[in-house]
Amino acid sequence: MTLTFALIAVLLIAAVAGFLGRSRARAVRDGARLNSLPIYHGAYGFLWALVPALLFLAIWSPLQGRLIEDAVLSTPQGQALPAFDMARDAITSEAYEIATGQREAGFNPESTALAPVYQQFINRYGGIGGGFAILLALAGAAWGLTRVRANFRARAGVERWLMGLLIAASMIAILTTLGIVLSLLFETLRFFSMVPASEFLFGTQWSPQMALRADQAGSSGAFGSIPLFWGTIFIGAIIAMIVAIPLGLMSAIFLTQYAPAKVRSVMKPLLEILAGVPTVVYGYFAALTVAPAVRDFGLSLGIPASSESALAAGLVMGIMIIPFVSSMADDSIAAVPQAMRDGSLAMGATRSETIRKVVLPAALPGVVGGVLLAVSRAIGETMIVVMAAGLAANLTANPFDSVTTVTVQIVQLLTGDQEFDSPKTLAAFALGLALFVITLILNLIALTVVRRYREAYE
Amino acid sequence: MTKEKQPITTNSSVPFPSTAVAAEAAQDDAGIAKEDTAWTQAPEPTPHAADVVTERADAPELDTDRTPKMIADKVSVFYGEKQALRDVSIQVHDDKVTAFIGPSGCGKSTFLRCLNRMNDTIAGARVTGHIELDGEDINSPDMDVVQLRARVGMVFQKPNPFPKSIYENVAYGPRIHGLAEGKADMDAIVEKSLRRAGLWDEVKDRLQESGTALSGGQQQRLCIARAIAVDPEVILMDEPCSALDPIATAKIEELIHELRGRYAIAIVTHNMQQAARVSQRTAFFHLGELIEYGKTKDIFTNPREQRTQDYITGRYG
Ligand SMILES: Nc1ncnc2c1ncn2[C@@H]1O[C@H](COP(=O)(O)OP(=O)(O)OP(=O)(O)O)[C@@H](O)[C@H]1O
Ligand SMILES: [Mg+2]
Repeated sequence: MTLTFALIAVLLIAAVAGFLGRSRARAVRDGARLNSLPIYHGAYGFLWALVPALLFLAIWSPLQGRLIEDAVLSTPQGQALPAFDMARDAITSEAYEIATGQREAGFNPESTALAPVYQQFINRYGGIGGGFAILLALAGAAWGLTRVRANFRARAGVERWLMGLLIAASMIAILTTLGIVLSLLFETLRFFSMVPASEFLFGTQWSPQMALRADQAGSSGAFGSIPLFWGTIFIGAIIAMIVAIPLGLMSAIFLTQYAPAKVRSVMKPLLEILAGVPTVVYGYFAALTVAPAVRDFGLSLGIPASSESALAAGLVMGIMIIPFVSSMADDSIAAVPQAMRDGSLAMGATRSETIRKVVLPAALPGVVGGVLLAVSRAIGETMIVVMAAGLAANLTANPFDSVTTVTVQIVQLLTGDQEFDSPKTLAAFALGLALFVITLILNLIALTVVRRYREAYE
Repeated sequence: MTKEKQPITTNSSVPFPSTAVAAEAAQDDAGIAKEDTAWTQAPEPTPHAADVVTERADAPELDTDRTPKMIADKVSVFYGEKQALRDVSIQVHDDKVTAFIGPSGCGKSTFLRCLNRMNDTIAGARVTGHIELDGEDINSPDMDVVQLRARVGMVFQKPNPFPKSIYENVAYGPRIHGLAEGKADMDAIVEKSLRRAGLWDEVKDRLQESGTALSGGQQQRLCIARAIAVDPEVILMDEPCSALDPIATAKIEELIHELRGRYAIAIVTHNMQQAARVSQRTAFFHLGELIEYGKTKDIFTNPREQRTQDYITGRYG
């Protein structure tokens, strides 16, 4: 509550600093010619008042929870709580909810008693944090306002602030990625302390046993991930691409080179709708329509076929990623200069010769980039394979057979009640990290290819 | 598809005004005309006008003695609703260079593109009228447009080499049309075309480098080499020198002189001196209409129309 109050106060202070800065600058202007427009002086004060205080609040508020909890536990009431983690956590979180008014009364009697203690520390730390934030805002405002002079370059100052904000915005995405990698890495290392990395990377047996707790008998399973990665590549990078590359490329060529403007204006959005269909819907389609048809077809050929198959999942996934391939290809084909096309046509080349020999080579980087992005999208895809590819970790090249993928197994490992330090659960993180690394490499290759050959024409 | 070669007849039996351009143009059919850079100022209306007028008495028949390579008859072009050309009738001869001049936007490029049906590639463009190549209607359904463009080559205003090697740029057309039997044959075609385009000495050691890495002038000559590699019958050049320095321009003009006689050449230019130097026939366009078409020396020394006179003397914008 107090932090919310502090936030509002900071905003108000910043707004006032902005107004004051502007009007002071106006007053100065009457005497001398200003280096910067009054609005910049206002913005300068506003930013100085707002940003440091906000930053502080952003860092403080997660910290505060930890501080309060530690303080509560170190009080006599806190020490009296049961030592067992789960029971204690249940009480403290209840007490916290009572203290903040999210709940009337506790299920545990201890929590009701603990609530006032919580209340006390919430107020104390909230007061410290909120007060400091307000002080920061006031200091920033004062700094900004004292600098209002005719020759003060507020414009350049604001520019620096904006650049800083832009950098911060872009850092958030990067830091998040980093955080994800680190958390995956941490769990993965724990996994590798239980299961040797060599077994995980090179083993061909995958059967994490389904024991609920580590103390049950036979808790060690086999964690060879090769069949999973094979299944992933078989479905996402082979079967799906055999479908998506030709179809996507040909529809892009048709749309950019042959279709009249009217047809294009209807077909292109229709094609892009494919990308907006929820993957769960594709999953139904794959499991209910395509998979039985594929099985019957396989059986009619005399090939052993199962009701869930790599082919069914791969076909539908291929359809799903057509828009990824085609829209990238479309963009890069359309970006090939008309002069290049005219040059070829004027030599007496036909349209398809022009496309094959001039347009596609020039558009290749974009096409390759689109394909690689589509592959990384396909191997990360979960829903279709969960519904249509099956769970059996087969190492097979028979597309009519059931295979499983990394994402399916992650889902399997993490659904239901899990204990977060059994190898079975931790294996999911190792799989996640491996998948992340693979898609990262694919994306890097895509980016390099695109950048390397981008200047083929100009 | 064979070119009908007829003995070159002389048209210059009538005495001409003694300006430099006329003297140069008088060499019209006598072979390669020497460049005359002294011709820099606009010609004065000459006192000898009467001579020319008498010579022009037999107009509009310009060349009664030979069949033109291409004949355009009442050609109009519309871009959507907008008419860009109105009833243009011109002949292009296979032993002469025809220059198209006129202010910007008057339809020179549009007309050039009619001659190899490149207007087909522009959505909304519509061409009416009659155009013949060796007596065949190029707009008839029987005409294979791909074949037509192989016979009527084009060099664009802006150099547009393919993002391929220099060698592959020149080999592109011959490969498509199957003109070479084997590598040695192709090498010969590439070398011959680059030599004719005056580029061979500059690029012979780096044929595998990208054509887009050449300088603008070299690129333009590469495009010319590419166009002549398929041995077309007509070459259309749309302001081939507009982006070039005087030295590269001189090289291309020299090349045009050399190519004349082998190919029918039509060239669009904004440079009056260039039109006077390289062409034997000049067509003046204005606002989508053909104002005047005749021998270059006549157009430049004694135009029939006031508008032509104004344009070539620079009094018109
Ligand atoms: N693709 C097109 N779509 C619509 N209008 C066009 C198109 N190309 C040319 N035009 C119009 O047709 C007219 C003639 O254009 P054109 O390009 O033939 O002129 P130009 O004589 O070659 O001019 P310049 O000397 O500037 O190259 C112009 O008014 C132009 O706006
Ligand atoms: Mg033009």
